[in-house]
Amino acid sequence: MQSTYQSWGNFPKVSQRIRSIPWRKKPLLLPETPDTVLAHGLGRSYGDVCLNNNGILLTTRKLNRFIQFDVDEGVLRCEAGVSLAEILALCVPQGWFLPVTPGTQFVTIGGAIANDVHGKNHHCAGTFGRHVLQFELLRSDGERLLCTPTSNEPYYAATIGGLGLTGLITWAEIKLKRISHRAMQVESIQFSQLDEFFELSQQSDQDYDYTVAWLDCNNSQALGRGIFFRGNHVAADEIPKDWKLPRFNRLPPLLRTMPINLPGFVLNRWTISAFNTFYYKKTRQSQLIDYQPFFYPLDAILEWKRLYGKNGFLQYQFVIPDHRMLKEILQKIVASGLGSFLAVLKTFGELASPGLLSFPRPGVTLALDFPIKGAVTFELLAQLDEKVREMGGAVYPCKDARLSARHFQAFYPQWTKFAEYIDPRFSSSFWRRVTETPLCVKS
Amino acid sequence: MRKILIIGATSAIAQETAKLFAEKHDALFLVGRDVDKLEAITADLKVRGAHQVAYYTLDLNEFDQHEPMLEQAYKSLEGLDTVLIAYGTLDDQKACEQDFAQAEQALRTNFMSVVSLLTPIANRLEKQHYGCIAVISSVAGDRGRQSNYVYAAAKGGLSLFLQGLRSRLHSANVCVLTIKPGFVDTPMTTNFKKGALWAQPETVARGIFRAIKWRRNVIYLPWFWRFIMMVIRLIPEPLFKRMKL
Ligand SMILES: Cc1cc2nc3c(=O)[nH]c(=O)nc-3n(C[C@H](O)[C@H](O)[C@H](O)COP(=O)(O)OP(=O)(O)OC[C@H]3O[C@@H](n4cnc5c(N)ncnc54)[C@H](O)[C@@H]3O)c2cc1C
Ligand SMILES: NC(=O)c1ccc[n+]([C@@H]2O[C@H](COP(=O)([O-])OP(=O)(O)OC[C@H]3O[C@@H](n4cnc5c(N)ncnc54)[C@H](OP(=O)(O)O)[C@@H]3O)[C@@H](O)[C@H]2O)c1
Repeated sequence: MQSTYQSWGNFPKVSQRIRSIPWRKKPLLLPETPDTVLAHGLGRSYGDVCLNNNGILLTTRKLNRFIQFDVDEGVLRCEAGVSLAEILALCVPQGWFLPVTPGTQFVTIGGAIANDVHGKNHHCAGTFGRHVLQFELLRSDGERLLCTPTSNEPYYAATIGGLGLTGLITWAEIKLKRISHRAMQVESIQFSQLDEFFELSQQSDQDYDYTVAWLDCNNSQALGRGIFFRGNHVAADEIPKDWKLPRFNRLPPLLRTMPINLPGFVLNRWTISAFNTFYYKKTRQSQLIDYQPFFYPLDAILEWKRLYGKNGFLQYQFVIPDHRMLKEILQKIVASGLGSFLAVLKTFGELASPGLLSFPRPGVTLALDFPIKGAVTFELLAQLDEKVREMGGAVYPCKDARLSARHFQAFYPQWTKFAEYIDPRFSSSFWRRVTETPLCVKS
Repeated sequence: MRKILIIGATSAIAQETAKLFAEKHDALFLVGRDVDKLEAITADLKVRGAHQVAYYTLDLNEFDQHEPMLEQAYKSLEGLDTVLIAYGTLDDQKACEQDFAQAEQALRTNFMSVVSLLTPIANRLEKQHYGCIAVISSVAGDRGRQSNYVYAAAKGGLSLFLQGLRSRLHSANVCVLTIKPGFVDTPMTTNFKKGALWAQPETVARGIFRAIKWRRNVIYLPWFWRFIMMVIRLIPEPLFKRMKL
């Protein structure tokens, strides 16, 4: 069946056939035609790592069954299309939490592995892949590989952060994290310069499991202005008796699903006002909040991407090893006036991922949105790629839709080794783009 | 805790309904013909909180195996209070027109086999004086259309059968629920073009769950199909036969 599956940024526009994969033990039964295939979870990747133009998408959302949950050990085994939201709904009431979570819970476990996602606790927990005990990889020739850190290790390493190219993950087993209550103690601290951010970050990494900052990119005068958030899960006995699970500020359903595309300024207004409520309140405030608004502030508006209008948008996320160089890139972004008003800033820790092609590495990472305003947007981002390359950093494939082959290969020189593990039948729009030209930059 | 027998447990709609039962810690007995699928569903329902889950492999066109299956369900659940019948096939109408064997197969699966199941089930529940029988029929059974009248005849016959059974079992305190879904996005309808009228199996499952709880008689899912079918039934036959529906 032909379909209109797109990715989160609504760019690029592609056309693909859809094959739903509802049963993990059944053979893939791929068509005889030479078309390539690619797994697709919840399409929360911004660009084209989850797209396969003119090929076939194997959608995994019906592969959404739990297999086993060891409540004493916190080990959960489930099919690859189970979403993090479904895992939380099951595990939080039983005292377990995701070891690592990205900024949305609407991603599948297969997608979380394939992009080796990171969260606000990267400095102490590393990437998602570090907590994956084992998974099954189904190859197009029908072979099923049980992958663990010790069995089929090369496939284990290639599949974590492997952008869906090594085959279909049918199920996975992860180690959860103990919590005793769903509430979080969260502190927000305003800062006016990047140096203050780095200081706060360094101070907090020891005592706080979760740290992240919002950076104001609106105003070149106040560059470096932002809010630093840090938080921890709370022990049940530290919760005041009268603390009640707040009723979430749910928008009306029509707004949540956002049936139409709205002009971009609506989102900017929203982010600016969210930013300002924190920024102008107090220099420092501490509160007890539920984990949902802390981890997933944007999930309340399900289809917020539509706020960027029908042209779609790009998200740009990079990491550079030396934080002193961040200012130079930021100035360039702010001066262009093309980016979103808010950027998300975080320092990555030293913990290495088992993934061969994973993005996170020690340094500082920044992410922000760029509504597509034509060639200028693409030119700016290409210039940023060059800066990131000079600084020895990398750009995150899961957010990307435009990176050149030259830059990708510079950021991920191990891609040739990775390519040995790609399933011959699997491919993606992203992969064809970033490998179209021969290796130019040798490391 | 209810003791629930689900026949056709691998259907998309049944799977979603079973999850809702599992969250309420009900005990479940699943019947289907594919052991891989049944195993996967059983494990899932256990993790989701079902009090107990057992499965039984059976091609439901083997009528003589219906009694032993029911026997086993009673044994495993130590009783029975709710039955959900959820299997079916949407056969190719054109093929059924050309070949009676195909039409017969469609009628066997969608009508005869259900009658064969409901006969012993009804007798047992009638005797024990409690219980609920929920059966998935279809809006298609409300009027014969040229595009799928063999399937429609089976489902229409099934709806009539259930109507009579309901009235027979009423005095025995057993409720009979006829479920009439509209278009649902499931494996059965993979090759259909989906539009605004299409519902997800999760939505239909919630409707079934509630209807069983409230001991309803006939439900259309989603609700607006009641009105769509009302209009379709009102179209006079001289006009209807000219419509390419
Ligand atoms: C609001 C928002 C916030 C986000 N915040 C973060 C963040 O903080 N940190 C972060 O790291 N990311 C973040 N992301 C990105 C998101 O976490 C990743 O894109 C994630 O991988 C999406 O998962 P998915 O299930 O939607 O997969 P998709 O986007 O559908 O697919 C992603 C990749 O996984 C592959 N894949 C999916 N399923 C399988 C399978 N079963 N077997 C093999 N390969 C498979 C696909 O082929 C594709 O390459 C965010 C995204 C959004 C929309
Ligand atoms: N989808 C719709 O639009 C729609 C609309 C109205 C009514 N309905 C009715 O809803 C019910 C559920 O269907 P669904 O939409 O959920 O589709 P589905 O997922 O395709 O389910 C159909 C199920 O019937 C099972 N089945 C068929 N023949 C069988 C047999 N001889 N023995 C055992 N099992 C058999 C299939 O088993 P396998 O898994 O082993 O193949 C499958 O699990 C059906 O009665 C259908 O007629 C559906």
